[in-house]
Amino acid sequence: MLKESALTPATAAFREIIPAGDYWVKRIDRDQIFRIVDLEGNQAADTLFFSATDPAERYSAVDTIREQGNVYLGLGSKLRSTSGAVMLEIVADLVGRHDTLGGACASESNTVRYALEKRTMHACRDSWLLALAEHDALGLTKRDITHNINFFMNVPVTPEGGLSFADGVSGPGKYVEMRACMDVIALISNCPQLNNPCNGYNPTPIEVLIWDPA
Amino acid sequence: MTFRSPPTAAPLYETVLEGGKHWSFTARRGTLLRLIDQQGGANLGMLFYNPQNPLERYNAPDTLKCQHTFKLTHGHCLYSDMGRIFCSIVADSVGWHDTVAGNADKALVAKRWGLKTYQAHRNGWTQNGHDAFLVEAGKYGLGRRDLAANVNWFSKVAVGAEGAMAFDPANSPAGSAVELRFEMDTLVLVHTCPHPMNPALEYPRQPVALEFRTADPVGSDDYCRNFRPENGRGFENNAIYHLCGCGTGS
Repeated sequence: MLKESALTPATAAFREIIPAGDYWVKRIDRDQIFRIVDLEGNQAADTLFFSATDPAERYSAVDTIREQGNVYLGLGSKLRSTSGAVMLEIVADLVGRHDTLGGACASESNTVRYALEKRTMHACRDSWLLALAEHDALGLTKRDITHNINFFMNVPVTPEGGLSFADGVSGPGKYVEMRACMDVIALISNCPQLNNPCNGYNPTPIEVLIWDPA
Repeated sequence: MTFRSPPTAAPLYETVLEGGKHWSFTARRGTLLRLIDQQGGANLGMLFYNPQNPLERYNAPDTLKCQHTFKLTHGHCLYSDMGRIFCSIVADSVGWHDTVAGNADKALVAKRWGLKTYQAHRNGWTQNGHDAFLVEAGKYGLGRRDLAANVNWFSKVAVGAEGAMAFDPANSPAGSAVELRFEMDTLVLVHTCPHPMNPALEYPRQPVALEFRTADPVGSDDYCRNFRPENGRGFENNAIYHLCGCGTGS
């Protein structure tokens, strides 16, 4: 199900473009509205959320999909923490389906998926590690890099138990919007993957916007 | 699904975990671990870490993505976040094991089956998978930050056309077995607490038997190694790791 947001970028309290292959980390307060825009289409925004007051509590893909009884994220999805609390809720969406099964790319997983010699190519988990090193006041380390959301990615599961990376259902300018239900730290890697046809081998920028509660 | 290589040698060690319990152990590279659902309908939660560097841990998304699968069965390898293989599934009579539904916690158990306290029921209390993993993880200096999406052996969660998840209570008949061959030294956390989607009216307490043997060497024609080209590269990553003497356990 798709739903357009009533909010316009002109009233946003914050907006920033994240180039392909860069990371972004920022606190989002409870009741703020957080939007991610797929500026050119078929990009993947690899996203982790942590409780700002207790970062050991963080987004849990398994608890989120089990409690909603569906493996795909979309309008109305409640993004749950490892304690089962609702961290954010998707309140507007122009895409229809987002992945939280496929995880993030890493130099190490690229060696398995593509070739051992791909080990030196830039990858999401490297971006996250640099983000955490450059923001060590957050107290987060590799221990905290866990099972993420891939906003804008389409990873269909078949009834026989297969899993594939299909062409994106996203497109230029499409967005997903969430309301924060607790104070969270968002950590995004705007995916640099060059080996996957699902982004046309061409990673592109995304935009993030935040609105204060009305 | 046939059990392709039933072991004949007597186990080096065997034990039975009653339902609703937890344990942990280190499996050396070359260990063959057979898991048996004695009564049918069991669930065995499992997590994997590198004992020499516990920051290297089981990564369910990498495991599923690189083998283009949502379920785990014969031929699949279980990957760490470092592109290496903790263990291969060398035999399986079940055909589908879950790795996306996580664990029940205390609140879920209380809501579905009612809480049986230790004070009233002693070791017949209603233990949950989340607390079970926290206790076992704590024995190695690991905690909340270190838990990850786990395997739920013997449990099947299928997915419908629009993504709806459905638990299959008939997935694992009595006597079902799955066999793991460890491809590197691995710290293993296990629990036999109920699967979080099990709709049973009573708190399920199915036991699981564990049999430890020594595996045959992995040949070039190995089924798991050749199951997908990705697994060949995973085995190459393990070989590189072992070249430097890491994880030889000596």
